[in-house]
Amino acid sequence: MNPSRIVITGVGLTAPNGNSLMEFRQNLLGGVAGIERIEIRYMGPQLAGVCHFDPLRHQKKKEVRVGTRAGSISIYCAREALADSRVDFERMPKDRIGIYIGCTEHGNVATENEIYNISKFDYDTKYWSHYHNPRTVANNPAGETSLNLGVTGPAYTIGAACAAGNMGLIHATQMLRLGEVDFAICGGVSESIHTFGIFAGFKSQNALASHEDPKKASRPFDRARNGIVISEGGCLYTLERLEDARARGARIYGEIAGYHVNSDASDYVLPNPIRQQECVRASLRRAGLEPREIHIVNTHATATPQGDIQECEAIRAVFGEGCPDTFVNNTKSFIGHAMGAAGALELAGNLPSFDDLNVHPTINVDDLDPQCALPGLVLNQPRRVPRVDTILNNSFGMLGINSTLIVRRFVP
Amino acid sequence: MTKEECKKVVLDIIADIAPDEDLSNVKPDVRLRDQLQLDSMDFLDIVMELRKRHGIEVPEADYLQLASLDSSAEYLTPKFNALAAKG
Repeated sequence: MNPSRIVITGVGLTAPNGNSLMEFRQNLLGGVAGIERIEIRYMGPQLAGVCHFDPLRHQKKKEVRVGTRAGSISIYCAREALADSRVDFERMPKDRIGIYIGCTEHGNVATENEIYNISKFDYDTKYWSHYHNPRTVANNPAGETSLNLGVTGPAYTIGAACAAGNMGLIHATQMLRLGEVDFAICGGVSESIHTFGIFAGFKSQNALASHEDPKKASRPFDRARNGIVISEGGCLYTLERLEDARARGARIYGEIAGYHVNSDASDYVLPNPIRQQECVRASLRRAGLEPREIHIVNTHATATPQGDIQECEAIRAVFGEGCPDTFVNNTKSFIGHAMGAAGALELAGNLPSFDDLNVHPTINVDDLDPQCALPGLVLNQPRRVPRVDTILNNSFGMLGINSTLIVRRFVP
Repeated sequence: MTKEECKKVVLDIIADIAPDEDLSNVKPDVRLRDQLQLDSMDFLDIVMELRKRHGIEVPEADYLQLASLDSSAEYLTPKFNALAAKG
Protein backbone atom coordinates (compact mmCIF):
# COMPACT_ATOMS: atom_id res chain seq x y z
CA MET A 1 0.00 0.00 0.00
CA ASN A 2 1.28 3.43 -0.89
CA PRO A 3 0.02 5.77 1.83
CA SER A 4 -1.28 9.22 0.94
CA ARG A 5 1.18 12.06 1.27
CA ILE A 6 0.12 14.33 4.12
CA VAL A 7 1.00 18.01 4.17
CA ILE A 8 0.82 20.89 6.64
CA THR A 9 -1.24 23.76 5.25
CA GLY A 10 -1.88 26.01 8.27
CA VAL A 11 -0.43 26.89 11.67
CA GLY A 12 -2.09 28.59 14.63
CA LEU A 13 -0.27 29.02 17.89
CA THR A 14 0.12 30.81 21.14
CA ALA A 15 3.42 30.63 22.99
CA PRO A 16 4.83 32.58 25.93
CA ASN A 17 6.82 34.63 23.41
CA GLY A 18 4.39 34.97 20.53
CA ASN A 19 0.80 34.61 19.40
CA SER A 20 1.47 33.87 15.74
CA LEU A 21 4.06 31.87 13.87
CA MET A 22 5.69 35.05 12.59
CA GLU A 23 6.00 36.63 16.05
CA PHE A 24 7.17 33.35 17.57
CA ARG A 25 9.79 32.84 14.90
CA GLN A 26 11.08 36.40 15.15
CA ASN A 27 11.58 35.96 18.86
CA LEU A 28 13.30 32.61 18.45
CA LEU A 29 15.75 34.16 16.01
CA GLY A 30 16.08 37.29 18.13
CA GLY A 31 16.86 35.44 21.36
CA VAL A 32 13.70 36.66 23.11
CA ALA A 33 12.50 34.36 25.87
CA GLY A 34 9.01 34.55 27.37
CA ILE A 35 9.30 33.47 30.99
CA GLU A 36 7.91 35.47 33.90
CA ARG A 37 7.13 35.15 37.59
CA ILE A 38 3.49 34.54 38.52
CA GLU A 39 1.63 33.84 41.72
CA ILE A 40 0.75 30.18 42.18
CA ARG A 41 -1.88 29.21 44.76
CA TYR A 42 -0.32 27.90 48.01
CA MET A 43 3.20 28.32 46.60
CA GLY A 44 3.76 32.02 46.00
CA PRO A 45 5.70 33.43 43.04
CA GLN A 46 6.89 30.83 40.53
CA LEU A 47 8.54 30.95 37.12
CA ALA A 48 6.19 30.21 34.28
CA GLY A 49 5.59 30.69 30.58
CA VAL A 50 2.36 32.64 30.19
CA CYS A 51 0.50 33.18 26.92
CA HIS A 52 -0.96 36.61 26.27
CA PHE A 53 -3.37 35.99 23.40
CA ASP A 54 -6.84 37.51 23.50
CA PRO A 55 -9.42 34.73 24.05
CA LEU A 56 -12.21 37.09 23.02
CA ARG A 57 -10.81 37.19 19.50
CA HIS A 58 -12.60 33.90 18.83
CA GLN A 59 -14.87 33.27 21.81
CA LYS A 60 -17.79 34.95 23.48
CA LYS A 61 -17.33 36.04 27.07
CA LYS A 62 -19.68 33.30 28.19
CA GLU A 63 -17.65 30.63 26.40
CA VAL A 64 -14.56 31.82 28.23
CA ARG A 65 -16.41 31.82 31.56
CA VAL A 66 -17.90 28.36 31.15
CA GLY A 67 -14.98 26.70 29.40
CA THR A 68 -11.41 25.95 30.34
CA ARG A 69 -8.13 27.65 29.61
CA ALA A 70 -7.14 24.65 27.50
CA GLY A 71 -10.38 25.10 25.59
CA SER A 72 -9.62 28.77 24.96
CA ILE A 73 -6.09 27.99 23.83
CA SER A 74 -7.38 25.27 21.50
CA ILE A 75 -10.05 27.48 19.99
CA TYR A 76 -7.62 30.33 19.44
CA CYS A 77 -5.07 28.04 17.79
CA ALA A 78 -7.68 26.23 15.69
CA ARG A 79 -9.24 29.44 14.38
CA GLU A 80 -5.83 30.94 13.64
CA ALA A 81 -4.71 27.76 11.86
CA LEU A 82 -7.88 27.72 9.75
CA ALA A 83 -7.41 31.36 8.80
CA ASP A 84 -3.77 30.67 7.98
CA SER A 85 -4.72 27.71 5.79
CA ARG A 86 -7.08 29.95 3.76
CA VAL A 87 -9.44 27.01 3.44
CA ASP A 88 -13.07 27.87 2.66
CA PHE A 89 -14.14 26.61 6.06
CA GLU A 90 -17.77 27.68 5.87
CA ARG A 91 -18.35 25.47 2.82
CA MET A 92 -16.49 22.43 4.11
CA PRO A 93 -18.50 19.37 5.19
CA LYS A 94 -18.10 19.60 8.95
CA ASP A 95 -18.55 15.87 9.47
CA ARG A 96 -15.36 15.19 7.48
CA ILE A 97 -13.15 17.30 9.74
CA GLY A 98 -11.24 15.69 12.61
CA ILE A 99 -9.87 17.49 15.65
CA TYR A 100 -7.00 15.68 17.39
CA ILE A 101 -5.39 17.51 20.28
CA GLY A 102 -2.52 16.22 22.38
CA CYS A 103 -2.60 16.85 26.12
CA THR A 104 -0.18 16.04 28.88
CA GLU A 105 -2.94 16.28 31.45
CA HIS A 106 -6.39 17.74 31.71
CA GLY A 107 -8.81 18.41 34.50
CA ASN A 108 -6.47 19.23 37.36
CA VAL A 109 -7.08 22.94 36.95
CA ALA A 110 -10.86 22.78 37.32
CA THR A 111 -10.67 20.24 40.14
CA GLU A 112 -8.17 22.32 42.10
CA ASN A 113 -10.33 25.41 41.56
CA GLU A 114 -13.42 23.62 42.86
CA ILE A 115 -11.67 22.27 45.93
CA TYR A 116 -10.43 25.79 46.64
CA ASN A 117 -13.95 27.11 46.04
CA ILE A 118 -15.64 24.72 48.48
CA SER A 119 -12.90 25.38 51.05
CA LYS A 120 -14.58 28.80 51.37
CA PHE A 121 -17.81 27.00 52.28
CA ASP A 122 -16.49 24.58 54.89
CA TYR A 123 -16.03 21.93 52.18
CA ASP A 124 -19.76 21.66 51.59
CA THR A 125 -20.03 19.94 48.20
CA LYS A 126 -23.33 21.61 47.37
CA TYR A 127 -21.15 24.55 46.29
CA TRP A 128 -19.28 22.33 43.78
CA SER A 129 -19.79 23.62 40.24
CA HIS A 130 -22.11 21.87 37.82
CA TYR A 131 -19.50 22.71 35.17
CA HIS A 132 -16.88 20.53 36.81
CA ASN A 133 -17.55 17.44 34.69
CA PRO A 134 -17.65 19.08 31.24
CA ARG A 135 -14.53 21.03 32.23
CA THR A 136 -12.60 17.97 33.37
CA VAL A 137 -13.48 15.27 30.85
CA ALA A 138 -10.32 14.31 29.01
CA ASN A 139 -11.72 15.38 25.62
CA ASN A 140 -12.53 18.89 26.88
CA PRO A 141 -10.15 20.99 24.74
CA ALA A 142 -11.14 19.19 21.54
CA GLY A 143 -14.80 19.19 22.49
CA GLU A 144 -14.84 22.94 23.17
CA THR A 145 -13.16 23.46 19.81
CA SER A 146 -15.79 21.36 18.04
CA LEU A 147 -18.53 23.45 19.69
CA ASN A 148 -16.91 26.70 18.69
CA LEU A 149 -16.29 25.63 15.09
CA GLY A 150 -19.42 23.57 14.57
CA VAL A 151 -17.28 20.59 13.59
CA THR A 152 -19.27 17.34 13.75
CA GLY A 153 -16.48 14.93 12.86
CA PRO A 154 -14.36 13.14 15.47
CA ALA A 155 -12.94 15.54 18.07
CA TYR A 156 -10.89 14.14 20.91
CA THR A 157 -7.68 14.48 22.82
CA ILE A 158 -4.69 12.22 22.91
CA GLY A 159 -3.11 11.74 26.30
CA ALA A 160 0.60 11.12 25.88
CA ALA A 161 2.29 13.19 28.58
CA CYS A 162 4.83 15.52 27.03
CA ALA A 163 5.00 13.51 23.82
CA ALA A 164 1.43 14.58 23.11
CA GLY A 165 2.02 17.52 20.76
CA ASN A 166 3.70 15.29 18.21
CA MET A 167 1.04 12.68 18.79
CA GLY A 168 -1.70 15.05 17.64
CA LEU A 169 0.00 15.38 14.26
CA ILE A 170 0.85 11.70 14.04
CA HIS A 171 -2.69 10.63 14.82
CA ALA A 172 -4.11 13.10 12.31
CA THR A 173 -1.76 11.74 9.66
CA GLN A 174 -2.99 8.23 10.38
CA MET A 175 -6.66 9.24 10.27
CA LEU A 176 -6.23 11.12 6.97
CA ARG A 177 -4.45 8.12 5.46
CA LEU A 178 -7.21 5.81 6.66
CA GLY A 179 -9.79 8.06 5.03
CA GLU A 180 -11.55 8.61 8.35
CA VAL A 181 -11.54 12.37 7.73
CA ASP A 182 -10.65 14.70 4.86
CA PHE A 183 -9.21 17.55 6.87
CA ALA A 184 -7.57 17.57 10.29
CA ILE A 185 -6.95 20.19 12.95
CA CYS A 186 -4.25 18.77 15.18
CA GLY A 187 -1.39 19.45 17.55
CA GLY A 188 -1.23 19.99 21.28
CA VAL A 189 -2.22 22.35 24.08
CA SER A 190 -1.49 22.91 27.74
CA GLU A 191 -3.11 24.90 30.53
CA SER A 192 -0.60 23.55 33.03
CA ILE A 193 0.40 26.82 34.69
CA HIS A 194 -3.07 27.14 36.18
CA THR A 195 -2.63 24.12 38.43
CA PHE A 196 -0.43 24.35 41.49
CA GLY A 197 -0.18 20.55 41.48
CA ILE A 198 2.18 20.45 38.52
CA PHE A 199 4.46 23.03 40.12
CA ALA A 200 4.37 21.27 43.47
CA GLY A 201 4.90 17.88 41.81
CA PHE A 202 8.02 18.98 39.95
CA LYS A 203 9.23 20.79 43.06
CA SER A 204 8.89 17.57 45.04
CA GLN A 205 10.84 15.80 42.29
CA ASN A 206 13.55 18.47 42.66
CA ALA A 207 12.90 19.19 38.99
CA LEU A 208 11.52 22.74 39.10
CA ALA A 209 13.82 25.43 37.71
CA SER A 210 14.88 28.43 39.74
CA HIS A 211 16.80 31.52 38.64
CA GLU A 212 16.78 35.16 39.68
CA ASP A 213 16.24 36.21 36.06
CA PRO A 214 13.11 34.46 34.73
CA LYS A 215 14.28 34.67 31.14
CA LYS A 216 17.42 32.73 31.98
CA ALA A 217 15.71 30.05 34.02
CA SER A 218 15.13 27.52 31.24
CA ARG A 219 18.63 26.44 30.26
CA PRO A 220 18.87 23.02 28.66
CA PHE A 221 22.42 21.74 28.14
CA ASP A 222 23.93 24.38 30.43
CA ARG A 223 25.95 23.06 33.34
CA ALA A 224 23.92 25.22 35.74
CA ARG A 225 20.52 23.96 34.57
CA ASN A 226 18.34 23.04 37.50
CA GLY A 227 14.99 21.95 36.17
CA ILE A 228 11.85 22.64 34.21
CA VAL A 229 10.06 25.95 33.69
CA ILE A 230 6.37 25.12 33.37
CA SER A 231 4.47 26.85 30.57
CA GLU A 232 1.10 26.99 28.96
CA GLY A 233 0.63 27.17 25.23
CA GLY A 234 -0.85 25.63 22.17
CA CYS A 235 -0.14 24.93 18.56
CA LEU A 236 -2.59 23.43 16.10
CA TYR A 237 -2.01 22.66 12.45
CA THR A 238 -4.26 21.98 9.53
CA LEU A 239 -3.26 18.76 7.80
CA GLU A 240 -4.55 17.54 4.47
CA ARG A 241 -3.87 14.85 1.92
CA LEU A 242 -1.59 16.27 -0.74
CA GLU A 243 -4.11 15.88 -3.53
CA ASP A 244 -6.73 17.86 -1.60
CA ALA A 245 -4.29 20.60 -0.69
CA ARG A 246 -3.11 20.94 -4.28
CA ALA A 247 -6.64 20.89 -5.65
CA ARG A 248 -7.44 24.03 -3.70
CA GLY A 249 -4.07 25.65 -4.31
CA ALA A 250 -3.05 25.61 -0.66
CA ARG A 251 0.28 26.92 0.55
CA ILE A 252 2.25 23.94 1.88
CA TYR A 253 4.55 24.39 4.88
CA GLY A 254 5.99 20.91 4.73
CA GLU A 255 5.21 17.24 4.36
CA ILE A 256 4.96 14.62 7.08
CA ALA A 257 7.87 12.39 6.15
CA GLY A 258 8.01 9.95 9.03
CA TYR A 259 7.16 9.31 12.62
CA HIS A 260 7.37 6.75 15.35
CA VAL A 261 5.94 6.23 18.81
CA ASN A 262 7.20 3.74 21.36
CA SER A 263 7.38 3.17 25.11
CA ASP A 264 10.31 2.78 27.50
CA ALA A 265 8.60 0.26 29.76
CA SER A 266 11.33 1.00 32.28
CA ASP A 267 10.48 3.82 34.73
CA TYR A 268 7.75 6.25 35.78
CA VAL A 269 9.81 9.38 35.21
CA LEU A 270 13.36 8.56 34.11
CA PRO A 271 13.82 8.55 30.34
CA ASN A 272 15.44 5.63 28.57
CA PRO A 273 17.98 6.60 25.90
CA ILE A 274 17.91 3.16 24.28
CA ARG A 275 14.17 3.42 23.61
CA GLN A 276 14.58 7.05 22.51
CA GLN A 277 17.18 5.94 19.99
CA GLU A 278 14.88 3.21 18.76
CA CYS A 279 12.12 5.76 18.33
CA VAL A 280 14.33 8.12 16.32
CA ARG A 281 15.73 5.32 14.16
CA ALA A 282 12.28 3.90 13.44
CA SER A 283 11.03 7.32 12.36
CA LEU A 284 14.01 7.63 10.02
CA ARG A 285 13.26 4.21 8.52
CA ARG A 286 9.66 5.15 7.92
CA ALA A 287 10.80 8.35 6.23
CA GLY A 288 13.39 6.47 4.15
CA LEU A 289 16.10 8.81 5.41
CA GLU A 290 19.60 8.33 6.76
CA PRO A 291 20.60 10.27 9.89
CA ARG A 292 22.94 12.49 7.83
CA GLU A 293 19.94 13.58 5.74
CA ILE A 294 18.30 15.25 8.77
CA HIS A 295 19.17 18.93 8.87
CA ILE A 296 17.54 20.04 12.13
CA VAL A 297 17.05 17.92 15.23
CA ASN A 298 14.82 19.73 17.70
CA THR A 299 15.45 18.21 21.10
CA HIS A 300 12.92 17.55 23.81
CA ALA A 301 15.45 18.45 26.56
CA THR A 302 13.66 20.07 29.50
CA ALA A 303 16.75 21.21 31.44
CA THR A 304 16.65 18.54 34.09
CA PRO A 305 20.17 17.45 34.97
CA GLN A 306 19.65 13.80 34.05
CA GLY A 307 17.03 14.02 31.29
CA ASP A 308 19.18 16.25 29.05
CA ILE A 309 22.11 13.87 29.30
CA GLN A 310 19.93 10.88 28.49
CA GLU A 311 18.52 12.51 25.36
CA CYS A 312 21.96 13.68 24.27
CA GLU A 313 23.15 10.10 24.62
CA ALA A 314 20.37 8.97 22.32
CA ILE A 315 21.01 11.72 19.77
CA ARG A 316 24.74 11.15 19.83
CA ALA A 317 24.20 7.46 19.16
CA VAL A 318 22.08 8.18 16.08
CA PHE A 319 23.60 11.38 14.71
CA GLY A 320 27.06 11.43 16.35
CA GLU A 321 29.82 11.81 13.80
CA GLY A 322 29.22 11.59 10.09
CA CYS A 323 26.32 14.04 10.02
CA PRO A 324 28.01 17.33 9.12
CA ASP A 325 24.79 18.88 7.88
CA THR A 326 22.76 18.05 11.00
CA PHE A 327 22.13 20.89 13.45
CA VAL A 328 20.60 20.49 16.89
CA ASN A 329 18.56 23.01 18.85
CA ASN A 330 16.08 23.37 21.70
CA THR A 331 13.02 25.61 21.93
CA LYS A 332 12.27 25.18 25.64
CA SER A 333 15.18 27.49 26.41
CA PHE A 334 12.90 30.31 25.18
CA ILE A 335 9.44 29.22 26.26
CA GLY A 336 9.91 26.66 29.01
CA HIS A 337 8.13 23.35 28.86
CA ALA A 338 4.66 23.76 27.37
CA MET A 339 3.82 20.14 28.20
CA GLY A 340 1.21 18.82 25.75
CA ALA A 341 1.86 21.77 23.45
CA ALA A 342 5.63 21.37 23.51
CA GLY A 343 6.15 19.10 20.51
CA ALA A 344 3.71 21.00 18.32
CA LEU A 345 5.09 24.42 19.25
CA GLU A 346 8.68 23.33 18.87
CA LEU A 347 8.04 21.98 15.39
CA ALA A 348 6.35 25.25 14.42
CA GLY A 349 9.31 27.26 15.64
CA ASN A 350 11.51 25.40 13.19
CA LEU A 351 9.23 25.16 10.15
CA PRO A 352 10.23 28.57 8.76
CA SER A 353 13.79 27.24 8.45
CA PHE A 354 12.73 25.65 5.16
CA ASP A 355 12.42 29.17 3.80
CA ASP A 356 14.93 31.29 5.71
CA LEU A 357 17.65 28.63 6.18
CA ASN A 358 18.28 29.80 9.73
CA VAL A 359 18.42 27.38 12.63
CA HIS A 360 17.16 28.99 15.80
CA PRO A 361 19.52 28.51 18.72
CA THR A 362 19.35 27.03 22.17
CA ILE A 363 19.74 30.04 24.43
CA ASN A 364 20.96 30.41 28.01
CA VAL A 365 23.96 28.17 27.49
CA ASP A 366 26.75 30.02 29.28
CA ASP A 367 28.69 26.93 30.26
CA LEU A 368 27.94 23.94 28.06
CA ASP A 369 27.72 20.67 29.93
CA PRO A 370 30.34 18.45 28.25
CA GLN A 371 27.87 15.57 28.41
CA CYS A 372 25.49 17.63 26.27
CA ALA A 373 28.10 18.84 23.78
CA LEU A 374 26.49 17.36 20.69
CA PRO A 375 28.01 17.96 17.28
CA GLY A 376 25.98 20.59 15.45
CA LEU A 377 24.45 22.10 18.59
CA VAL A 378 23.41 25.67 17.77
CA LEU A 379 24.17 27.78 20.81
CA ASN A 380 22.89 31.23 21.74
CA GLN A 381 22.89 32.71 18.22
CA PRO A 382 20.93 31.54 15.18
CA ARG A 383 22.98 29.82 12.54
CA ARG A 384 22.58 30.27 8.82
CA VAL A 385 23.02 26.89 7.14
CA PRO A 386 23.38 25.80 3.51
CA ARG A 387 20.22 23.72 3.40
CA VAL A 388 17.21 22.73 5.47
CA ASP A 389 15.17 20.02 3.82
CA THR A 390 14.27 17.96 6.90
CA ILE A 391 13.32 18.61 10.53
CA LEU A 392 13.24 15.87 13.14
CA ASN A 393 11.27 16.73 16.26
CA ASN A 394 11.58 14.72 19.46
CA SER A 395 9.01 14.77 22.26
CA PHE A 396 9.18 12.42 25.19
CA GLY A 397 6.96 12.03 28.21
CA MET A 398 6.47 10.50 31.61
CA LEU A 399 5.74 6.82 31.94
CA GLY A 400 8.16 6.47 29.06
CA ILE A 401 6.21 7.57 25.99
CA ASN A 402 8.43 8.66 23.11
CA SER A 403 7.43 10.32 19.86
CA THR A 404 9.52 11.44 16.92
CA LEU A 405 8.13 13.31 13.95
CA ILE A 406 9.99 14.14 10.74
CA VAL A 407 8.80 16.87 8.41
CA ARG A 408 10.43 17.49 5.07
CA ARG A 409 10.42 20.41 2.69
CA PHE A 410 7.59 19.97 0.25
CA VAL A 411 8.79 18.94 -3.17
CA PRO A 412 6.01 18.14 -5.64
CA MET B 1 -36.16 43.84 50.27
CA THR B 2 -38.66 44.99 47.69
CA LYS B 3 -39.55 42.99 44.60
CA GLU B 4 -37.76 45.57 42.45
CA GLU B 5 -34.61 45.16 44.53
CA CYS B 6 -34.95 41.41 44.19
CA LYS B 7 -35.15 41.71 40.40
CA LYS B 8 -31.94 43.74 40.52
CA VAL B 9 -30.24 40.94 42.49
CA VAL B 10 -31.28 38.39 39.86
CA LEU B 11 -30.23 40.65 37.00
CA ASP B 12 -26.82 41.19 38.60
CA ILE B 13 -26.34 37.44 38.68
CA ILE B 14 -27.46 37.10 35.05
CA ALA B 15 -25.04 39.85 34.06
CA ASP B 16 -22.20 37.70 35.38
CA ILE B 17 -23.32 34.39 33.95
CA ALA B 18 -24.38 35.74 30.55
CA PRO B 19 -21.85 38.54 29.98
CA ASP B 20 -22.55 38.83 26.26
CA GLU B 21 -26.23 39.67 26.75
CA ASP B 22 -27.71 43.15 26.65
CA LEU B 23 -29.77 43.36 29.84
CA SER B 24 -30.98 46.92 29.43
CA ASN B 25 -34.39 45.92 28.12
CA VAL B 26 -35.24 42.68 29.88
CA LYS B 27 -39.02 42.45 30.11
CA PRO B 28 -39.95 41.34 33.62
CA ASP B 29 -43.08 39.46 32.60
CA VAL B 30 -41.49 37.50 29.72
CA ARG B 31 -39.67 34.21 30.26
CA LEU B 32 -35.94 34.85 30.54
CA ARG B 33 -35.22 32.02 28.10
CA ASP B 34 -37.43 33.67 25.49
CA GLN B 35 -35.45 36.89 25.49
CA LEU B 36 -31.93 35.86 26.48
CA GLN B 37 -29.55 33.09 25.42
CA LEU B 38 -29.84 31.05 28.60
CA ASP B 39 -29.69 27.27 28.83
CA SER B 40 -30.35 24.83 31.65
CA MET B 41 -26.77 25.10 32.93
CA ASP B 42 -27.22 28.87 33.18
CA PHE B 43 -30.28 28.38 35.38
CA LEU B 44 -28.19 26.10 37.58
CA ASP B 45 -25.74 29.00 37.74
CA ILE B 46 -28.48 31.31 38.97
CA VAL B 47 -29.40 28.78 41.65
CA MET B 48 -25.73 28.38 42.63
CA GLU B 49 -25.09 32.10 42.81
CA LEU B 50 -28.21 32.67 44.93
CA ARG B 51 -26.81 30.05 47.29
CA LYS B 52 -23.25 31.36 47.30
CA ARG B 53 -23.89 35.08 47.39
CA HIS B 54 -27.08 35.26 49.40
CA GLY B 55 -27.55 31.96 51.22
CA ILE B 56 -30.83 31.38 49.38
CA GLU B 57 -31.77 27.79 48.53
CA VAL B 58 -33.98 27.01 45.55
CA PRO B 59 -35.06 23.35 45.55
CA GLU B 60 -35.23 21.65 42.15
CA ALA B 61 -39.01 21.47 42.36
CA ASP B 62 -39.11 25.28 42.43
CA TYR B 63 -36.82 25.99 39.46
CA LEU B 64 -39.78 27.00 37.33
CA GLN B 65 -40.32 29.92 39.70
CA LEU B 66 -37.21 31.49 38.19
CA ALA B 67 -38.70 31.58 34.68
CA SER B 68 -39.11 35.37 34.50
CA LEU B 69 -37.93 38.35 36.53
CA ASP B 70 -41.48 38.85 37.86
CA SER B 71 -41.87 35.22 38.93
CA SER B 72 -38.36 35.22 40.40
CA ALA B 73 -39.15 38.31 42.48
CA GLU B 74 -42.46 36.84 43.57
CA TYR B 75 -40.75 33.68 44.74
CA LEU B 76 -37.44 35.02 46.06
CA THR B 77 -38.43 38.24 47.84
CA PRO B 78 -40.10 36.46 50.79
CA LYS B 79 -37.05 34.20 51.07
CA PHE B 80 -34.70 37.19 51.20
CA ASN B 81 -36.91 38.90 53.77
CA ALA B 82 -37.19 35.75 55.89
CA LEU B 83 -33.43 35.45 55.85
CA ALA B 84 -33.03 39.11 56.81
CA ALA B 85 -35.52 38.69 59.64
CA LYS B 86 -33.44 35.81 61.02
CA GLY B 87 -30.53 38.23 61.10
